[in-house]
Amino acid sequence: MSFDRTDVERTAHLARLSINESDIENTTETLTHILQLVDQMQAVDTSGITPLAHPLEAVQRLRADQVTESDQRDAFQQIAPATENGLYLVPKVID
Amino acid sequence: MHNKTIVELSRALAAGEFSSTELTTHFLQRIHSLDEQYNSFITVTEERALADATEADERIAQGKATALTGIPLAHKDIFCTQGIRTSAGSKMLDNFIAPYESTVTANFNAAGCVMLGKTNMDEFAMGSSNENSFYGPVSNPWDTKAIAGGSSGGSAAAVAARLTPAATGTDTGGSIRQPASHCGITGLKPTYGRVSRWGMIAYASSLDQAGPMARTAEDVALLLQAMAGMDPKDSTSVDRPVEDYSATLNESLQGLRVGLPAEFFAEGLDSDVEQCVSNAVSELEKLGATVKQISLPNSNLSVPSYYVIAPAEASSNLSRFDGARFGYRCDQPQDLEDLYKRSRGEGFGAEVKRRILVGTYALSAGYYDAYYIQAQKIRRLIKNDFINAFNDVDVIVGPTAPTPAFNLGEKADDPVAMYLSDIYTLSTNLAGLPGMSIPAGQVSGRPVGLQIIGNYFSEAKLLNIAHRFQQATDWHLKAPTDIGA
Repeated sequence: MSFDRTDVERTAHLARLSINESDIENTTETLTHILQLVDQMQAVDTSGITPLAHPLEAVQRLRADQVTESDQRDAFQQIAPATENGLYLVPKVID
Repeated sequence: MHNKTIVELSRALAAGEFSSTELTTHFLQRIHSLDEQYNSFITVTEERALADATEADERIAQGKATALTGIPLAHKDIFCTQGIRTSAGSKMLDNFIAPYESTVTANFNAAGCVMLGKTNMDEFAMGSSNENSFYGPVSNPWDTKAIAGGSSGGSAAAVAARLTPAATGTDTGGSIRQPASHCGITGLKPTYGRVSRWGMIAYASSLDQAGPMARTAEDVALLLQAMAGMDPKDSTSVDRPVEDYSATLNESLQGLRVGLPAEFFAEGLDSDVEQCVSNAVSELEKLGATVKQISLPNSNLSVPSYYVIAPAEASSNLSRFDGARFGYRCDQPQDLEDLYKRSRGEGFGAEVKRRILVGTYALSAGYYDAYYIQAQKIRRLIKNDFINAFNDVDVIVGPTAPTPAFNLGEKADDPVAMYLSDIYTLSTNLAGLPGMSIPAGQVSGRPVGLQIIGNYFSEAKLLNIAHRFQQATDWHLKAPTDIGA
């Protein structure tokens, strides 16, 4: 499987990742090599095998639906790039 | 003082031979005078260390000390430490002052340990050479031209250079064991779920596991004792009693069944490394072990399977870095999409971006089954290989890495070659098993590690084997020559 420029641009958009124009060629080539390595998997017959998502096959532990965390908004917003009146500021989305 | 193990330091502190403040000052001085050549620390927390030491000295005086009270430690910069920068080796988090404390560091704080600082690492723990750090590569104290290994390269180098008696690490595909091997120290990756992941910046959540790095198995046992245990804050932490890891260190190895997987001794293994491993296996036989050839037939698939699963989980975990709430934000974003894309594009380094792209691709519509599901099916085949093997043997032994530490820059431009250097460690993470690396020889002055892999929750057994091996050999006592008197 090879990766082309369009794949890189499409995937980078899905990941919301800007890539410098000058890096696209190199990225395409490297990702092609990685996918060739990964494609060794395609030769393996895995029919009937159940995918393994958790090494110990544990199920989600549940707890009582009670509030355990107190409000720490001020502490958390101290490290935010921009806030105002307790809100995170980002560029205007709707005019 | 810096050549003493934690066990020795603990006795000396209790006997009043020196105080934790003196000990801490000594290590801080070593860091200041020597670390420029290794770059093993990202942040040195001098004030905090001295305050911790004062508190520890009071605790010792009051007779309330634990075995770890007053012992200086360094933490991989992936563990959130409240009020202290926690960078994960990334420009993205260069300005991130953690607003809360990880369970692992909180446990060490509670035991009375002294925090010397935060160690260098591959960005977001993605790497095998510590060359992917925003803060620059780490040099190997045994040979500064060589890599220290990764991703816990700063922790391994700092322990090897005696800048700290021990350090914490994390291991997603070998990131404790491989740098431990390359730096000639002892490192343990516990069973998945044995140590809490709360407050540990996530790379690949179904593979990440924290563990201790020190010079001896005896010290690693003490450290693991403080780290391990059920944590309600981590839903994947396992509710199971923690054994006394120091209690069984001296048990006999008579009758221990050791398996040597043929696949770990095949093409690609450096012949000198193979010789070191084979000498170590003979040593285990002298200690009473019986050796059996085994097979882990799917282990060659661990590299492709891992490099789908880990990037897929990483692409999801790292989506939280959006430039909006914390971490790096690009200058003058034009709109929200520009804010996301440029903050991430500028804040992440090359390898992190590669893995996000691979992961995003593997999870995208049309490729999910062929990549992600197929990788998870192979993950089961790899786990089943181990389960079958453990029907016949108690532990599996082999090399930690296929070669001794390679030179800085040697593989930096070839991610695939870099990925293949993890070939013997990845399968343990995919299966969730515990694994150790212990010093077992040297090739041209560069250390070689022996890997010991055990069944689930067999950490005590691994430590027992490692300790007995270290009682019979002296590889773990060797120190690099250029690390100051």
